[in-house]
Amino acid sequence: MFSLIVRRLAVAIPTILVLIILSFALMFTAPGGPFTSERPLPPQVLANISAKYGLDQPYWRQITNYIWNVVVDFDFGPSFKYKDRSVADIIGAGFPVTLIYGFWSFMIAVIVGVSLGVVAAIRQNTWTDYLAVGISVGAQALPNFVLAPMLVLLFTLWLGWLPGGGWNGGQWQYLVMPVIALSTSYMASIARIMRSSMLEVMTAGFIRTARAKGVPMHRIIWKHALKPAMLPVLSYLGPAFVLMITGSVVVDVYFSTGGIGLYFVNSAFNRDYSVMMGITILIGALTILFNLVVDVLYAWIDPKIRY
Amino acid sequence: MTLRATFLASTTVLTLALGTAAVAESHVMAGDTLAPAAQQIFRSRELDEFPSIDPSLIQDVSGNDVARQLFEGLMNQDKDGNLVPGVATGFTVSDDKMTYTFNLRPEARWSNGEPVKAADFVYAWRRAADPATASEYSWYMSLMSIENVDAVIAGDMPPDQLGVSAPDDRTFVVQLSQPLPYFPQMVVVATTFPILESNVVEFGDAWTQPGNMVSNGAYVLTERVQQEKLVMERNPMYWDDDNTHINQVTYLIINDENAALTRYLAGELDKTEVPAGQYPRLLAEYPTQTLSVPLLCSYYYALNLSDSGPEALKDVRVRQALSLAVDRDIIVDNVLQGGQKPAYSFTHWATAGFEMPAIPAASMTQAERNAKAAELMTEAGYGAGGEPLSLELLYNTSEAHKSVAVAISQMWKQTLGVEITLNNQEWQTFLDDRGNQRFQIARGGWCGDYNEASTFTDLMTSTSGYNDSKYVNPEVDALAADARTSDNPQADYEQIEQIIAVDTPIIPIYHYAANKMLNDKIRNWPVNNVQQNYYVKDLYVAE
Repeated sequence: MFSLIVRRLAVAIPTILVLIILSFALMFTAPGGPFTSERPLPPQVLANISAKYGLDQPYWRQITNYIWNVVVDFDFGPSFKYKDRSVADIIGAGFPVTLIYGFWSFMIAVIVGVSLGVVAAIRQNTWTDYLAVGISVGAQALPNFVLAPMLVLLFTLWLGWLPGGGWNGGQWQYLVMPVIALSTSYMASIARIMRSSMLEVMTAGFIRTARAKGVPMHRIIWKHALKPAMLPVLSYLGPAFVLMITGSVVVDVYFSTGGIGLYFVNSAFNRDYSVMMGITILIGALTILFNLVVDVLYAWIDPKIRY
Repeated sequence: MTLRATFLASTTVLTLALGTAAVAESHVMAGDTLAPAAQQIFRSRELDEFPSIDPSLIQDVSGNDVARQLFEGLMNQDKDGNLVPGVATGFTVSDDKMTYTFNLRPEARWSNGEPVKAADFVYAWRRAADPATASEYSWYMSLMSIENVDAVIAGDMPPDQLGVSAPDDRTFVVQLSQPLPYFPQMVVVATTFPILESNVVEFGDAWTQPGNMVSNGAYVLTERVQQEKLVMERNPMYWDDDNTHINQVTYLIINDENAALTRYLAGELDKTEVPAGQYPRLLAEYPTQTLSVPLLCSYYYALNLSDSGPEALKDVRVRQALSLAVDRDIIVDNVLQGGQKPAYSFTHWATAGFEMPAIPAASMTQAERNAKAAELMTEAGYGAGGEPLSLELLYNTSEAHKSVAVAISQMWKQTLGVEITLNNQEWQTFLDDRGNQRFQIARGGWCGDYNEASTFTDLMTSTSGYNDSKYVNPEVDALAADARTSDNPQADYEQIEQIIAVDTPIIPIYHYAANKMLNDKIRNWPVNNVQQNYYVKDLYVAE
């Protein structure tokens, strides 16, 4: 196990380097630049700005400088668009926000999704199953950019229960709608994966044996079926967790939560190179980390798995 | 009397003495009672996080909106857009119109209690032009024609050679490199606001953070949360604080305009934009809160006249036919539906001092225009019986631009038989292609930098960097040059518009209107200010 972790981390470093270089290359092939606007800047003004941000250097120099600054000084540079902020400021303020609403969305999605899947599987082809499948298909079919404005209409305009947006340091009133909007479709996916995997496990030989022994149903589910049935869900949860804690542009746009989901998308549109790179590296590193966590959990759940 | 006439009626010394105007502005109107202090708040929606709130770096409308509350420049605007005293009580112009002397009020204070001095303006103006600041808006200083500005921006001269000086604490002198009739109008922009040097020295780039920033406007910055909000409170040190009513100003950043509208309707906001296409419905439902006010921007299509442009567009008859066949009334009344006006001139109809010149197309009916267009097209050898013509129309991805493009391409097809391919691009790609003449017909929108016609007509000069059509007409260049020194520049502008109407390097389509929802308890909103520059200190909340 320990050697697995060491090996994976050793591979992670070159992976991130490749990620940086590829993102850089993609960035520079995109037309325009951070200082292109409706009103083109006079050449002298553009030259001053390019010099300030080091954009006048050849590409290889920019890449090596960037990697050097990130690795040696852990400095991700200033934002090209938001002049009052550095990339570290933007991620430092935005990541905790997405981490909080992403974490709660994850918890809700897992708990509700797994429960729905299990209930549907053990009551297969009854009205409970149809209801659970109906809920999850409905939730999957309802994209969050439709759900989010509907939630605001319902809870803010008609019922007047919740504020229509903002973050306010993460008070619960401000969390409810973002969490519902973000968790719904993940919850649906988890429920569907859980249901099919549970159905498969329930027909397995060791379950039949347990039933024949007269083990009570709740004990079979908790003790025998749940763990192996969780494996496919688990491999889905690793990337899903990263996607959720790095935020959602839809949630940030509709609820003004101020997370990095919005910055990730906008930095691409604005050609805000440094912010785009910073968030790409963050998401890349988290993805590698949580894939590793999933692998470790796999080995823990299923002792047959050896790395 | 027009703005220009007010300032240039005399070529000798002219001092503004409107000291009471700004004060009278904030007085409560007859029949109104002020709402209690706790309700004296103003909450406005902003589309996106402010790229910067440092006056030297601000380059967008939202940044200017914030800076106008936090800082006070030499002059302000009243609710009709006229200049009124700010930190300066007035100014004098030299006989050669190249030296402006501003007299600063002695009672003006920074939020830390220090007096606002002429040196604070000198520092701010030098800082904006300094290549070390690398401000994207340094071009604005160059537009102001301040002496030596281009050499300073280019790094050929140190910033202290910029043509600004402070002979004493109360006098700020600007030396121009050429006469500029509209110069005073330009000092209401954030780039020209004073900055306290000791504040910037103390905190460096972090001087704009709440708690650090020292400002001289009616409000001080108290809170700023990324992509969520910016809050400011009354500045007790502000010289006219006694006549200020609103106690707290909050900008909420809401990216989605429909989400913003919902929050407005739920009472979380006092001002927001009307989402595209919803103006008629909202006006019917909330007649006292839905506004449509002229906004100093023009929407047009640029025709590529450069070598990379299509052969057909080099024929003036084809260009005229395309322009005539656009039924602008349908665009404004049926597509946009937000109080915009059909455009036959590039200069916005509400521009100060601008009289719409006689442009034949403007007085024709659409049937006459269509007939004339078809005739011109046939003469040019295209259309019915001639060569088939197909063109590409480029616009940046947006539902609003798309609906205009679809409508116009239909008009061209029906009236002229011209086949149009619509091509939409992501914003940066679009700018790149349009700026490098990789288009045939491209959408354009231009907003005036100051309220005078040259902010539009200058785009038609061959030297303008924003002349994407690559239109060259020495006559237009000569008229634009003459307007800078002329006692009657309006005649030049009108003549330029007439020439453009004939040459048709661009097709003006409509003049913008700003559609917004405004809480009807908020009074004194500057509905007649075509730049929509507002000063919260002049607003108040009525019972």
